Amino acid sequence: MSGKYSVRGAAAIVGVATAGCGEAPGQTEMELLAQASRLALADAGLTLADVDGLATASASVPMWSMSVAEYLGLRPNYVDATMVGGSSCIGNLAPAILALQAGVCRAVLVCYGSTQRTAVMNRAALGRARRQLDPNPYEHPYAPLAPATSYALAAARHMHQYGTTRRQLAEVAVSARRWAQLNPEAFMRGPLSIEDVLAARRVSDPLGVRDCCLITDGAAAFVLTLAERARDLRQPPVYVLGSALSLSHRQISAMPDLTVTAARESGAQAYAMAGVSARDIDVVQVYDAFTINTLLFLEDLGFCAKGEGGSFVESGAIGPGGSLPVNTNGGGLSCVHPGMYGGFLTIEAVRQLRGEAGARQVSRAELALIHGNGGSLSSQATAILGTADTL
Amino acid sequence: MIRAPRASLSLTPEPFQRMRNLNAQPDTARGPQQHYLQALAGGTLLLQRCTQCGLHQFPPRALCVHCSATEPGWVIPSGLGTVYSCSVVARRIEDGGDYNVVLVDLDEGVRLMSHVVNWPGISPPIGLRVCAQFESSPDGTRLVFTPVGGLQ
Repeated sequence: MSGKYSVRGAAAIVGVATAGCGEAPGQTEMELLAQASRLALADAGLTLADVDGLATASASVPMWSMSVAEYLGLRPNYVDATMVGGSSCIGNLAPAILALQAGVCRAVLVCYGSTQRTAVMNRAALGRARRQLDPNPYEHPYAPLAPATSYALAAARHMHQYGTTRRQLAEVAVSARRWAQLNPEAFMRGPLSIEDVLAARRVSDPLGVRDCCLITDGAAAFVLTLAERARDLRQPPVYVLGSALSLSHRQISAMPDLTVTAARESGAQAYAMAGVSARDIDVVQVYDAFTINTLLFLEDLGFCAKGEGGSFVESGAIGPGGSLPVNTNGGGLSCVHPGMYGGFLTIEAVRQLRGEAGARQVSRAELALIHGNGGSLSSQATAILGTADTL
Repeated sequence: MIRAPRASLSLTPEPFQRMRNLNAQPDTARGPQQHYLQALAGGTLLLQRCTQCGLHQFPPRALCVHCSATEPGWVIPSGLGTVYSCSVVARRIEDGGDYNVVLVDLDEGVRLMSHVVNWPGISPPIGLRVCAQFESSPDGTRLVFTPVGGLQ
């Protein structure tokens, strides 16, 4: 760990919104992003005129931050266009708070939008374009499915090393679905059994299609200000107590140990900054792009020992009524997953801490852990969020 | 759409030991990536080994990732390794059927992605000892691995 800076309690998430989640035919990703941004600002009692900081990333468009600034009519003093995949929105937190503390800006809009489900250029076409723009002569000749095979290789190794079973992986999908059934905004709410997951269409062994996240449309936006200002705004502030980002590799063949992610480092730094540990956390949102992710992150973030993720989830711990509420919106597996999911899970944590989560509300939710993942288990961003009582 | 891997079993991979001494010296004026790929196309597997710290690295780089030294040297590895992980990708029969994608740990201490060929039942087990081979097709030459007997 390098650097001893802390952003603990310095800033808060003051407004959140999603837009176009599920299917949004006929809309562009920028249109969805703009809707979510406007709603997030309105949630905070702010307008675009108050925004002088911008953090945004696109999975396909170069110079996306300038397109967003132009579209929203912003002239930001602070821009973070960091693109580390699905962990980007969470990785944006600490740098944005440092900029707020330094006086570079007064309100940072973090926003993302995608029409991955309904866009004319679908994932397959995008995949072909990416292989041209970002050729990889070491992996592409072997035709791994991007990104499923990378995660499947991690799952296979975890099964080999720790005896993890496909049933245990399936339990992650079933728990997510049970949460989704409590969330009217979730995309997939129908019944799902362990047997359904095991019998689902094969994708890249040991992962079947129900081990893989959804492909939906959707936009997410949230607004950060310093804590002093946050207290004068419309909603109860959700404070950022810890935030850290770690990278370990890009391509899966360069990951040092496929059973251990850089969440160990990002988690340790975020916990240290927040002054809390895993046992203090009331509600957890981790990026479940694939069922193996949830096991790896629960282990690497200290909710169970390395290798015990499978038996931990098999006990029913992470579903509704379990000992550790995980992915309470239904996650990327059953709620929403428009390419990069980090912003959406952040918003679910904020809703839980505000007590706005309806039938899926976790009682006495004061401390939330959010964790984003990007690439092929490549980038890991952890943050600890808390209510005013946790300051 | 995912590009179909070239048919692995219909071609006869060239034995690694026989191929590796056949080729002229690669063009060292090129960068490490082209140097590596050019040697591979000619049937020689090269691996970088740092002349300063002695450690191997893959993929090839313009510096040593272990000690920051410039211009890591090249060696011809043993070609032997162990399957670290494996996934079988589902594909329709008419598109060529299922195929495996493996990560192989070479004995020199580096990991790379590849296919295991000549393994009955498509999915080679983790721990399988394998040896590098070259597989030629109209699309070029690529590195694959074949079982050499036993699990590690």
